[in-house]
Amino acid sequence: MLRSRQLLAGTAATLLVFGAAACGGTTKNNSSDTGSPAPTAASANPNAPLKSGLKIAYLPKQLNNPYSDVETSGGKAAVGELKGEYKLVGPNDASASSQVSYINTLIQQQQDVIVIAANDPNAVCPSLNQARQAKIKIVSFDSDASKDCRDVFINQATTEGIGESLVKMASEQAGGSGEIAILSATPNATNQNAWIDVAKQTLKKPEYSKLKLVKIAYGNDDDQKSFQEAQGLLQSYPNLKVIVAPTTVGIAAAARYVSSSSYKGKVAITGLGLPNQMREYVKDGTVKKFALWNPADIGYLAAYAGAALASGQITGAEGEKFTAGKLGEYTIGKDGEIVLGPPTEFTDANIDQFNF
Amino acid sequence: MSEAKRRLAGWDGIIILLTVAVLVVASLTVPTFGNGRNVTFLILDLLPIVLVALPMTMIVVTGEIDLSVASTLGLTSSIMGYLWNRGMAIETIIPLCLVAGALLGAFNGFLVTGLGLPSLAVTIGTLALYRGLAFVVLGDGAVADFPWNYTGWVTGTLGGGRVPHVLILIVSLALIFGVVQHGTPFGRSLYAIGANAQAAHFSGIRVARTKFWLYVVSGAVAGLVGVLWTLRYSSARADNGSGLELAVVAAVLLGGVSIFGGKGSLPGVLAGVVLLTALQNALRLEDVSGQALNIVTGALLVLSVLLPNLATAIRGAWQRRKLRQAAAQ
Repeated sequence: MLRSRQLLAGTAATLLVFGAAACGGTTKNNSSDTGSPAPTAASANPNAPLKSGLKIAYLPKQLNNPYSDVETSGGKAAVGELKGEYKLVGPNDASASSQVSYINTLIQQQQDVIVIAANDPNAVCPSLNQARQAKIKIVSFDSDASKDCRDVFINQATTEGIGESLVKMASEQAGGSGEIAILSATPNATNQNAWIDVAKQTLKKPEYSKLKLVKIAYGNDDDQKSFQEAQGLLQSYPNLKVIVAPTTVGIAAAARYVSSSSYKGKVAITGLGLPNQMREYVKDGTVKKFALWNPADIGYLAAYAGAALASGQITGAEGEKFTAGKLGEYTIGKDGEIVLGPPTEFTDANIDQFNF
Repeated sequence: MSEAKRRLAGWDGIIILLTVAVLVVASLTVPTFGNGRNVTFLILDLLPIVLVALPMTMIVVTGEIDLSVASTLGLTSSIMGYLWNRGMAIETIIPLCLVAGALLGAFNGFLVTGLGLPSLAVTIGTLALYRGLAFVVLGDGAVADFPWNYTGWVTGTLGGGRVPHVLILIVSLALIFGVVQHGTPFGRSLYAIGANAQAAHFSGIRVARTKFWLYVVSGAVAGLVGVLWTLRYSSARADNGSGLELAVVAAVLLGGVSIFGGKGSLPGVLAGVVLLTALQNALRLEDVSGQALNIVTGALLVLSVLLPNLATAIRGAWQRRKLRQAAAQ
């Protein structure tokens, strides 16, 4: 009896430690300050020269992911141009908290800039703010950290930019008029739905009035399902001119179906795709043009933004300008966002310059 | 041989010495390892492992295991986020989470002792079950707006110095568990159960009841760590702490606790936890990649199981040879 009592007492003691605090009553509604304090920004000097020898560290969501490998390769090239020290670290799993140990390590190593794709916008926050207190500049890319714990965010593309670009490509390939259909991912995919909403708005503009969106199909980002949905679209809508697939899985499946069917050359496929997956369909003429942001440019721009921050050219405030090497001049938008620009368009002429 | 001497000569003694050696070498060779800020980071990193390892040591000593701890952590984190979103006060949520952890542990305990099922199978089952429930409670999202005076306390230090608040928690819980395990009849009974449950039963130890309460405590501690984890990362998520059970079991085995039960000490386990975390921290500061870190941890674990067995085998062979020589004369 005594034995289990002792254990009970132990448990109860632990409970009491916390129960003792149970008199304040802090709830979601009455706790006003929920963020950790962020260091205040200094003033920017647009004419400050870019420092050389800056230590710029990349912390992607996880290592050995082909997409983020391309992004960081762009960063490596930029850090080389800036004559800085490039470093790439990252966890093996994309879990929310595994990045924190790496941030702590980078603080210890006194890096000048940390470029991070956050696995969880909030879990990395306390550590990132510790880094900022240690005078390290934080650039987020790919997926943003909470905006009060980073200096700037490199946004690959705006929702508007993607949506409008999808309609523009569809219109070009339909010859300005006719029936088009969308082959999306899942019915509740956040990104795709936002792009499709913009696309629908864009279609209402006078210059696109002759285009008719007849159907939105969902391939669930599953290759086989997307293939069947593409097939279904072409059978149900014999006058269909273009299938727009704003998902890399969908566009590849649709292109594969059309390239081996009698519709080849009659129905155009466009949307967002990966050059390596789409190369053969561009070469065999099934696909004339598709788009995606260039991941290497994201890493490249992040390095220049980090260097501009660390050199005092910018502080992350709206309206500040800086030059990002070969990409040209950028202006910081609201909430420290820097938009990479319109998506890169891939055609038979340029596709061989890209390997991702 | 006195108790202390015997312990120093055993595997846990070797691990303690090895840990001290790693700490000394790392402080001397890795420039930033020994500075105050890194020590703070190190203690925050080992917090979840060391707390969960305390009851785990007792459970493994009785010859059982609890692999559901990380999922219990994830589920309490989810519950915490859910209740916070529903507007409940954090001061009420925290004790509730500990109770929830204890109940989840009690369910394990019931299946193991009440129904007599093997703990390995039961807790692999609840590992999946509790993690699944965590996603049911909170889905894929995260709850992040916990009050700063709580999240800041967990990551904060005493008087803004270098001693993290959570160190008080670690030290006091380690003391309680250490005294219970090594200084009470209850603690001795755990070794008796692990060595031979039947013999323990016939000498009057309530085997089933003891094990049941160990699972309850293990669950409650996992619940506490779920709360601390959520506050440390200001993020309640269903996938919090996934994979932690492996780090804990690794540290417990590395610390010299026999997976078959009946052997092992808490100081050894504490050294095991410090050794694993400090080694990872130091190697990371030296830019060793994540994959290489896994190799080091894995190799260390295999060695920790292999070496004591090898030592026993060699000693056995040596004694048999001596016996044969004696017989020949």
